[in-house]
Amino acid sequence: MAAVIPLTAYIEGIGVLGPGLADWPSAAAVLADAVPYLAAATILPAPLSLPPAERRRTGGVVKLALAIGFEATTRARVEPSTLATVFTSSGGDGSNCHEICQVLASSERQLSPTRFHNSVHNVAAGYWSIAASATAAANVLCAYDASFGAGLLEALTQVVVERAPVLLLAYDTQYPEPLRAKRPIPDAFGVAFVLAPEARARALAKLTAALTDGGAERMSEPQLEAMRACIPAARSLPLLRQLAQARGGRVILDYLPHARLALEVEPCS
Amino acid sequence: MTPLLLASFTAVSAVGRGLAATLAALEEQRSGLAYCAFETVEIQTHIGEVPGVDATPLPQRLRSFNCRNNRLAQLGLLQDGFAEAVARSAAHWGARRVGVFLGTSTSGILETELAYRARATATGALPSDFNYAATHNSFSVADFVRQTLQLEGPAAVVCTACSSSAKAFASAQRMISAGVIDAAVVGGVDSLCLTTLYGFHSLQLTSRTPCRPFDVARDGISIGEAAAFALLERPPPRLDDDAILLLGTGESSDAYHMSSPHPEGRGARASIQQALLAAGLSPGDIDYINLHGTATPSNDSAEDLAVTSIFGTGTACSSTKGATGHALGAAGALEAVICALAIQQGLLPGGLRTTAVDPKLNLHYLCETRRGNIRRALSNSFGFGGANCSLIFGRPS
Repeated sequence: MAAVIPLTAYIEGIGVLGPGLADWPSAAAVLADAVPYLAAATILPAPLSLPPAERRRTGGVVKLALAIGFEATTRARVEPSTLATVFTSSGGDGSNCHEICQVLASSERQLSPTRFHNSVHNVAAGYWSIAASATAAANVLCAYDASFGAGLLEALTQVVVERAPVLLLAYDTQYPEPLRAKRPIPDAFGVAFVLAPEARARALAKLTAALTDGGAERMSEPQLEAMRACIPAARSLPLLRQLAQARGGRVILDYLPHARLALEVEPCS
Repeated sequence: MTPLLLASFTAVSAVGRGLAATLAALEEQRSGLAYCAFETVEIQTHIGEVPGVDATPLPQRLRSFNCRNNRLAQLGLLQDGFAEAVARSAAHWGARRVGVFLGTSTSGILETELAYRARATATGALPSDFNYAATHNSFSVADFVRQTLQLEGPAAVVCTACSSSAKAFASAQRMISAGVIDAAVVGGVDSLCLTTLYGFHSLQLTSRTPCRPFDVARDGISIGEAAAFALLERPPPRLDDDAILLLGTGESSDAYHMSSPHPEGRGARASIQQALLAAGLSPGDIDYINLHGTATPSNDSAEDLAVTSIFGTGTACSSTKGATGHALGAAGALEAVICALAIQQGLLPGGLRTTAVDPKLNLHYLCETRRGNIRRALSNSFGFGGANCSLIFGRPS
């Protein structure tokens, strides 16, 4: 077997947007038990970073990804145009998919070109690259319920192999009916991390990952645990809780059977 | 980067099942494109449909995955002893040390398209036997392949439209480099569906005639479908002279437009240069380029500018999409397999259907298949959203 490189990266910035979680500081306050969790529908901001013509064409998934991506890069004080990106999502734009399937099931079958280009799974990556003028590599993954773990593993391997910072964006939005009955994601949730290969002044925590058989950690607060269990990107919540509490130690996140992610977290002071 | 061994590879496309049939079609310059008679589609276009997909049974224990895309995946796994090679690899490295990284653009969305026609009149509900996770979801194909091959390593689907399965090679390469795994099943599976046929038609990007890459009269793509797989492994200390290696990968983003390439091929140039850098090669080391070559006016002119700015006008290039059609999310893996076959067999495939190369395009476009020694080949894949990937394959140096 070849030498194993430790899968280590430094978290420099975090972005969060989800039900009752407006940004990373408000999510951190809830996760550190400073304030109680108050359920509320996710509010997706207009993507002001895009030119008006492009802005009009974007759906929820793009708004969510741009919001968390810019929050993480702003907090990390890094220029977003310089970063390679890893996007991961368990599905595409659910409303857009529903509209396309309706049209294709009708006698007309006249698809709108915008609907079609918004149907690609990498739509958020395409708009991010335009909004952030980001010309580096953008990978876009899907692993159904394992999508967060797949994205984090991909981002960490990029950081250690390429020795360059990476922006990880994990996000999911809900399908409307009738697909919602088959894939009941209750609301939109997204999380983004700026991950760097070396400890710099702005590092929040050091992260070292390994694959494990161990069981994924759960959330003690029932509504947060329901969010973790129902929205693939929210499988990140136990890690976010540890970061919010500036607590060191090991946390196991969900990924695949026989391959969950054990993370050693060391807060940087 | 450290080169990786292609321990086994195979492909199924409109030109045939497996390597022998694919090679024969390339040698005979035979196209698999035919007038579109897929499902209930009424579009005047040609497509590269794989015969016999719907007659391919899935293993009984995995029947919940039943959809055209997974049947096509299964057809691919059955060719050229691929599944047996993966079993040997898993026995050698351990099932947890073998990953699965596949590309697709639409996975089994055809099942959802059909389910929407069968919605309950009263409630609008989808049929009870419709299984979203095992068919429509992009991950379905990787889950199916992972379970079929009984692998337990990391897995993901790369979904960057038409560069998906090329980028799957790059993801797997990084996982092996980092020591997370020792081997990976990589590839792409994409199958015909209404979303892509009507979608590309809505963008006026489908040609009525079989597509003519780099032709002066090129006017769009012919959509195809394919399953193509490679088994990437950490190479043994001593390699056979005829081994085929993945030597370099390069990736970039256009940051320009969702459905049009950067007109000067800015992102394409960056991905080619990165692949050369990763492989430690100079442009003169490349003997053949398998172009993305979709046959849209804008793709081919942007790619021409990117390629000629790096290689000049001497390197032999062709697009094999006139033979196979554009297999979208599977195109990168299909054309990677064609490059591996070209190196192995000493064959430079001519681009089919192109009768008059556009005089405004300057790269050296091959219209006839010819024999020749190829030590290293480059494959380009560019996707919607400006997602570019270039791969370099070659013999051990």
